Amino acid sequence: MAIVHFSPLDKKRWRDLVKLRGQVLAVALVIASGIATLVMSLTTIEALEDTTDTYYQRYRFADVFAGLTRAPDFLTHRIAELDGVMSVETRISQYVTLDVPDFNEPVTGRLLSIPEHQQPTLNQLVLRKGRWISGRAEDEVIVSENFADAHQLDIGDNLAAILQGSKRSLTVVGIALCPEFIYALGPGALLPDDQRFGILWMSREVLASAFDLKDAFNDVALSLHHGADARAVMTELDTLLKPYGGISAIPRSEQMSNWFIQNEIAQQKSMAMVLPVIFISVAIFLANMVLSRLIATERTEIGLLKAFGYSGTQIAWHYVRMMLVIGATGTLIGCAVGVLFGHYNIDMYAQMFRFPVLIFQPGVHNYVLAVLAGVLASVLGALGAVTRAATLPPAQAMAPPSPPAYRHSIISSGALQRKLDQSTRIAIRQIERWPLRSIMTSTGIGFSVALVIMTFQWDDALNHMARVYFEQAQRQDVVVGMSQPRAIHAVQDFTHLPGVLRAEPMRYISADLSVGNVTHRGTLTAIQQHASLQPIYDDANDITVAVPESGLVIAHRLARKLNVKVGDIITVNVLSGRRPTLSLTVTAMIETYIGMPAYVNLAYINRLLMEAPNMNFVNLLIDEAQQPQLFSELKQTPIVAAITIKSAAQDAFQRTLVDHLMVFVSMFSLLAAMLGFGVAYNSTRIALSERGRELATLRVLGFTRGEISYVLLGEVMLLILAGLGLGCALGYGLVWFIITLFDTELFRIPYLIEPSTYGKAVVIIFIATLLSAALVRRRVDKLDLIRVLKTRE
Amino acid sequence: MPDNTLPTLVAKDITKVYQTGEVEVRALDGVSFELYRGEMVVLLGASGSGKSTLLNILGGLDRPTTGSVLFDNADLSRMSEHDLTLFRRDHVGFVFQFYNLIPSLTARENVALVTEIAQHPLSPEQALELVKLENRLDHFPAQLSGGEQQRVAIARAIAKQPDILLCDEPTGALDKQTGILVMDAIATINRELGTSTAVITHNTVVGGMADRIVSISDGRIAGIEHNRQRVSAAELDW
Repeated sequence: MAIVHFSPLDKKRWRDLVKLRGQVLAVALVIASGIATLVMSLTTIEALEDTTDTYYQRYRFADVFAGLTRAPDFLTHRIAELDGVMSVETRISQYVTLDVPDFNEPVTGRLLSIPEHQQPTLNQLVLRKGRWISGRAEDEVIVSENFADAHQLDIGDNLAAILQGSKRSLTVVGIALCPEFIYALGPGALLPDDQRFGILWMSREVLASAFDLKDAFNDVALSLHHGADARAVMTELDTLLKPYGGISAIPRSEQMSNWFIQNEIAQQKSMAMVLPVIFISVAIFLANMVLSRLIATERTEIGLLKAFGYSGTQIAWHYVRMMLVIGATGTLIGCAVGVLFGHYNIDMYAQMFRFPVLIFQPGVHNYVLAVLAGVLASVLGALGAVTRAATLPPAQAMAPPSPPAYRHSIISSGALQRKLDQSTRIAIRQIERWPLRSIMTSTGIGFSVALVIMTFQWDDALNHMARVYFEQAQRQDVVVGMSQPRAIHAVQDFTHLPGVLRAEPMRYISADLSVGNVTHRGTLTAIQQHASLQPIYDDANDITVAVPESGLVIAHRLARKLNVKVGDIITVNVLSGRRPTLSLTVTAMIETYIGMPAYVNLAYINRLLMEAPNMNFVNLLIDEAQQPQLFSELKQTPIVAAITIKSAAQDAFQRTLVDHLMVFVSMFSLLAAMLGFGVAYNSTRIALSERGRELATLRVLGFTRGEISYVLLGEVMLLILAGLGLGCALGYGLVWFIITLFDTELFRIPYLIEPSTYGKAVVIIFIATLLSAALVRRRVDKLDLIRVLKTRE
Repeated sequence: MPDNTLPTLVAKDITKVYQTGEVEVRALDGVSFELYRGEMVVLLGASGSGKSTLLNILGGLDRPTTGSVLFDNADLSRMSEHDLTLFRRDHVGFVFQFYNLIPSLTARENVALVTEIAQHPLSPEQALELVKLENRLDHFPAQLSGGEQQRVAIARAIAKQPDILLCDEPTGALDKQTGILVMDAIATINRELGTSTAVITHNTVVGGMADRIVSISDGRIAGIEHNRQRVSAAELDW
């Protein structure tokens, strides 16, 4: 049996830790919060990356995607011969209107062809239920699991689809997932809505005859050899597909579903940068505060140890080890909580994204990083105080410290002073005496408030975004997408449908917008001069911008990307039809929260394209009372390919984000409250330790417990109040910082913080600090008057 | 002039037992004692004799285990924590060996701390003048000598015009010259305000300044001596 030898210093260290357990725990908890956020983010990122990688690999998610109008099958060989291409999957893809039993609203479906009897080469399906389609029956369909669940569809159930004008009844034979549609967005939707949009896989033969694509395809996916130049392949593919109405190819990184997943990972990464830094900085400050105080109370002992012959280094190491114990405790708790949160997070993602595989195997490097952060916090926190202890000359150390010198100042003397009672004066002088410590305390509280503000701001921003987007910018109730462009006068047909109050044509034109070397693959939104249902709307300034007779109105972010200003010319390569190249002048810019739109006058663009006046979308304003009749009519209308109902989109937005946010909000509010509690508790405990004597004196002089609590807590409360105010300012800055980090091409989070958010943050943190004050107050009540007064400090 | 017929405080047969761990310490063992109006008493005794315990009980900082302490017919030993606080606030002034001034308050403000909550206080300036510190009103403790700090503590103790002034080794941390100044200040208060005063010391010489000298040993009163002639602090042979 090994005999463990504890030196007296070891014993002292453990006893000190036990004696200071409250403060030790508070510091450890703040370190733990920092480590927890770090580990949570790191493990979530890792698991998301591992899971998607495995999913993509196992089910052969393609590297390049391209859509086109129609190309003969023999082109497949030419594509396969392109340098760098490993395999090619051609297919038929078509948006259709579905009629799902017991669901009144029209549903948009995306039909995709699959080979009969076998998996496609790329973008393979994960068959969750049922079987593969057989060549025998024409109406067999495999539906996406999200869609099946949203409508409680099961094997053998039927639904109707309008294929090229004829209504067909389809039978569900299988339910599947696919790496291509982890995030399945309907046309024009911001967020997945499984009730109103679904993916359906059908036999290539059946779709070919239904859409007149015998021995032809209109969609292609490629996988590339490792190390192949995707850009080069895409350029060659574009050249190859151009005569067949190819809409230029996109790499995996721009594929919608994958883009969303990668964006989610990127957000986690920014979180991993910001939050741990805040928590660990505060932890360093707290550690320094606690250790400084401990060393101050142990001055005599330090002097004594030195007199016995202990070196400065030995003394320093003693305190650093003590801090390391605290750091290790924090790191351990942090790792445990972090992994737990990480697991919870990835479970949530798994549910949201329906991963058929889930890889949660946090690598050792996460923990190594966490331990490094923990050690760094401990050592940095100990540094200042420990250096002072190590360099204290023994003789001086054993003498009592000289009484702290206070000065008169403008705040505590002069005109104001006559209005203050002595207790308040004590509090103010105390703050003046240790300005740095006071500032750090308020800053610590401030950061906890800022964190809560940041958390709640998401809710504010998203609600505002939804309000602006759905209520101000989009004034139509329904957007109808057509399977092929129609003449503008066809809009009249829609005005005759039941309940339609107003119908306006719109045209989306896929195009590459370039200036110099920079190209943006996007869409031109063409609307009529006096369009009122889908106007050009400046989200940030809440104004409608007039549709110019000529030229482009573009989003500021697009302008920044292309580095253009009003008056500059953008080269527009139209990706459909005759694929002309146009030079359009920027006539105005707008600020938008969602997307990077470019607006153009419909009549003007039709003229430039030298086509008959065309549209491919119609915006409808409807009478809600007649909505069911309208929907059933639309479901029967052959030219209708997709229907987006604004209220449904708005609901989906609320549902998805609110669910996701609640978890996020409660998790971070808890961590922030812990931070506020930790700072307030330590400040109060240290004030009590430093001023126990003062408080006992006041008790002897006849002050009640309540009155001396005021003297003690007055100072801390002043700092907390300052911290709450400071926190609002810090929150403002933090939100700005986070928003800048999260500015993507798809979203710009509005910079908006509701007054109630400040209120909520202040209340939450104030309660946390009151709780810590109440804990310390109990100690004040137990103050041993006689012992305190009869001992020399 | 002390009035020997009117006791301010009457302690009757008090005992105080401390339980420290498994050891029972009998700090006071059946002490009966009166503090008369306007008199000055010196409590003498070795360290651990129980004199501080007695002083703390008389001042309402501590309660006796048995026995009673009467002030104005009220029994301190039965008072609630809150009433004891009020008793200290209104009637008692304390002076300790370590001055226990609030370092963040000036001399004047340290005294004002008490005058703000007392019923019929002197002004802080008057109180400080009594201890001859009228020129150091706005100095912080760190800017005062030990003797000056102790005199601020005395001014703070008497500014409320207490009925009782209790001093526990007030000169313990001071040199002789400063000690004289401090004892002189205490004697002045006793004389001019008529405050009943009890001073603990282990310095027998100080006894010369008192009306009575009470010796305490092993938690009991070992003897009481009356001085026919009080001498001033300066006349003491330190």
